[in-house]
Amino acid sequence: MRSSLAARTGFWLLILAIVVFAVFPFYYAILSSFRSGPALFSTAIWPDSLDLQNYVSVFRDQPFERNILNSVIVAVSVVGISLFLGVTAAFALGRISFRGRGLLLLTILSVSMFPQVAVLSGMFELVRALGIYNSPWALILSNLILTLPFTVWVLTTFMRALPRELEEAAYVDGATPWTVVRRIFLPLMWPAMVTTGLLAFIAAWNEFLFALTFTLSSEQRTVPVAIALLSGATQFELPWGNIMAASVIVTVPVVFLVLIFQRRIVSGLTAGAVKG
Amino acid sequence: MAKPVSSELTRARVRSAWIFLAPMLGVLALVAGWPLIRTIFFSFTDATLANLTDYRFIGFDNFLEYYEGEWYGVMADPTWWRAVYNTVWFTVVSVSIELVLGMIVALTLNTAFPGRGMLRAAILIPWAIPTIVSAKMWGWMLHDQFGVLNDILMTLGIISAPVAWTASPETALWAVVMVDVWKTTPFMALLILAALQMLPSDCYEAAKVDGIHPVKVFFKVTLPLIKPALMVAIIFRGLDALRIFDLVYVLTSSARDTMSMSVYARQQLVDFQDVGAGSAASTLLFMIIAVLVLITIMTARVRLGEDER
Amino acid sequence: MKLSSLMIRASLVALATTGLAGPAAAQGVNISISCGAVGQELEICRQGAEAWAQETRNTVTVVSTPNSSTERLALYQQLLAAGAGDIDVFQIDVIWPGILGQHFIDLSAHVNGAEAEHFEAIVENNTVDGRLVAMPWFIDAGLLYYRSDLLEKHGASVPRSWQELTETARMVQEAERADGNDQMWGFVFQGRAYEGLTCNALEWIDAFNGGAIVDAEGNVTVNNPGAVSAFELASTWVNEIAPEGVLNYAEEEARGVFQSGNAVFMRNWPYAWALAESEESAIRGKVGIAALPRGGEDGKNTGTLGGWQLAVSQYSSNPEAAADLVRYLTSREEQKRRAIEAAYNPTIAALYEDEEVLAANPFFGELYETFVNAVARPSRPTGASYNRVSNEFWNAAHDVLSGRAEPQDALARLENDLRRMSRRGW
Repeated sequence: MRSSLAARTGFWLLILAIVVFAVFPFYYAILSSFRSGPALFSTAIWPDSLDLQNYVSVFRDQPFERNILNSVIVAVSVVGISLFLGVTAAFALGRISFRGRGLLLLTILSVSMFPQVAVLSGMFELVRALGIYNSPWALILSNLILTLPFTVWVLTTFMRALPRELEEAAYVDGATPWTVVRRIFLPLMWPAMVTTGLLAFIAAWNEFLFALTFTLSSEQRTVPVAIALLSGATQFELPWGNIMAASVIVTVPVVFLVLIFQRRIVSGLTAGAVKG
Repeated sequence: MAKPVSSELTRARVRSAWIFLAPMLGVLALVAGWPLIRTIFFSFTDATLANLTDYRFIGFDNFLEYYEGEWYGVMADPTWWRAVYNTVWFTVVSVSIELVLGMIVALTLNTAFPGRGMLRAAILIPWAIPTIVSAKMWGWMLHDQFGVLNDILMTLGIISAPVAWTASPETALWAVVMVDVWKTTPFMALLILAALQMLPSDCYEAAKVDGIHPVKVFFKVTLPLIKPALMVAIIFRGLDALRIFDLVYVLTSSARDTMSMSVYARQQLVDFQDVGAGSAASTLLFMIIAVLVLITIMTARVRLGEDER
Repeated sequence: MKLSSLMIRASLVALATTGLAGPAAAQGVNISISCGAVGQELEICRQGAEAWAQETRNTVTVVSTPNSSTERLALYQQLLAAGAGDIDVFQIDVIWPGILGQHFIDLSAHVNGAEAEHFEAIVENNTVDGRLVAMPWFIDAGLLYYRSDLLEKHGASVPRSWQELTETARMVQEAERADGNDQMWGFVFQGRAYEGLTCNALEWIDAFNGGAIVDAEGNVTVNNPGAVSAFELASTWVNEIAPEGVLNYAEEEARGVFQSGNAVFMRNWPYAWALAESEESAIRGKVGIAALPRGGEDGKNTGTLGGWQLAVSQYSSNPEAAADLVRYLTSREEQKRRAIEAAYNPTIAALYEDEEVLAANPFFGELYETFVNAVARPSRPTGASYNRVSNEFWNAAHDVLSGRAEPQDALARLENDLRRMSRRGW
């Protein structure tokens, strides 16, 4: 490798720039979360106080632990349901050719083309009709509209890539399609399911508009809504310290999850994206 | 392709396919089909949020209406067209920037160097943070009086007075673009990295032996080979960008300068309680997106066809 | 059958005598009220509601709702549109009676004329189609905050007209900057394109006798010489005496600048006073309050009417009890308690002369004039279209402030747009 000193320094500067660009805002949010009162308005970029007051008041002034629990319940349920529906649909769409398959895939894709706000009034009607307003069920149901299309598409793509011989052998032995899915495909689809599961989890965890519209009381809110509606002692106050503290609390677990699974995400996207 | 051995078996398999599809289709019909059809239905009525049961059919009036010499309706509303312009401009600019930056990051990550895993982890942070949180964080940093960005730029001497990033009409949309780029470049970078890692290494070996300049290698060899993956990335990013809501709403609320089509639809629906107009705007948005996606897919197919020669 | 009808009659008798009997085995009802989201507002409401519950042997649930006004309205809209009985008593903004009025019961039958004690402007605001849909609860109006120390230092007096305010602001700002305080601005206010700007701009217009955008009969009156003069003056402010960022300031941003000592004048709601005088404030003891100035010699002192009211939902399963809760919370005693403990401006005129109230809040006396002369936003005449009207109005004001439109053009266009909007009546 004949790379010159200049090229190597340039390369490392580039890496530094990328890291700073990606991480600085989050670092600054952490800094701000440890400041309170007038210190909050200082713009020093080095840590100068370690005041936990903001974190305390985040949990004190609203049922934040309840909000986190709600988010977890909704996200996990959405992932579970999406994966189940996704795998079953992907088996049909990926392994069996029938008339209307292409059209069906396109229709599912088109669901993603509608803005969230478009389904708001219809969804509200539905939620009230089912009597699930102001409960996690409303969110679980409405988030499916976000996660099902791409879950089905990605899992279908993976399913298509699996070799035919596995299936044929099983059918010869007299297995039912459901057994084939359960015993043969599911173990093989494991990396793909982790990837789509994680993507669905993040989508449901971050979701804002439906959570804002379908919850009423602060105990039923999810984390993004709780943060957006965080307020200070009076109607007009915006408690930046608390907002930053809440943001840090919410982001750290997601970041950990992503870091743990990051290699799987890349390999997952590899197989899906390029062949698609 | 040989015909299936037994058409009986085929029919059984097609039947089982539909059985497997049924749960997903059922849920999708309930969760997506019903609300979407209702929305399109409402766009032809004058329903208001105050009274969703008592409405009349007014045909296309929500879209365009001619009454006593003047035009009314969503398509005659200059704010709507401003929103369309904002959204399309935002999509084009942010997707382009994300493409370029994502490419740079992906190429960097494609090279082997110590600490590569850490870098890959670090760049995922912006994407992992919920949009609402990013918007609040950046809103705080871009604040004109207490914002750290103005502080840093002034210390470095780049600007002489604090800039009102989210307030000033000239910079507001750029501020939104900046936050979106920060947030989504990792996603693009990962997709492109995935494509790069799938490339056969013999092309590069051959190029190295021939002594071709790396930049030329990139443009003549690498780029054409990852074009399919790039198209997928562009389409999905474009789809998301055209529907953007959270970021614009939290950063600049319903200001006309930065209003996106989704924000416009929501304003009509929720702020003005006009379900008819809001639904009309949503339907128009869907059609615009569908058209743009179709155009992109068609032009991409054409180019793909040529490359395959 | 005979047994059940006997039981029915028996329970009816029991219910009827409950009110008279006193500590009998009365079954209370549960009333849910949404009043405030956080902090002190929620706490003091809860205290009042619990006190009522004790007295009447009912139970009360306080539901917390989004803090942002627009989000709250959207929520209420959806609930009321669905006929939901989730909330019995609603705390509504002063501009909502016109929009939500049809969903609330007429309270005049339940409060026995108590509304006569309250400010006339608010009661009128809350009366839609002859029905009193909400009782006034606490009032707010725009005020002028000024740095008394800076005015004294530079020999200026509290301005009595908007023109004088502009001059004084510029003079003090220049002088302070010459002294080395180069972050000083003359005037901060709410210039973001949102409802708050409608409040600010309405104050400018009304001060110049320019009316209130739409008059009580529904005619569009906004394009008049007074309004033009008001907007012409306002167009000179940004980047001269107000920072450019003011175009995105809401209440808190403006307060942040003023409270850190970087502004001579501020327009804000009364809540900012307690915060400016708090221990952490950089300007403690240096702040004064006055009514907003007039638009020249023959203008008027004014302030946009704010504040919140209490209404009872038509879909409540216990409207009588709910109305009684409203009566209790808006009564003189409760309003006095809230004024003394938490500085909530009462809507009962007589309380502004009450000694205890004035002892706790000395500046209430000055506020009285403002409240009596307050200008209401045109939510009653425009009804369900108020939000649209406000939207057009604040966009016009924002264009003038940012220099994108000339005052006369902006107002002419606004008038045209409002006329188009009302083509089939409000």
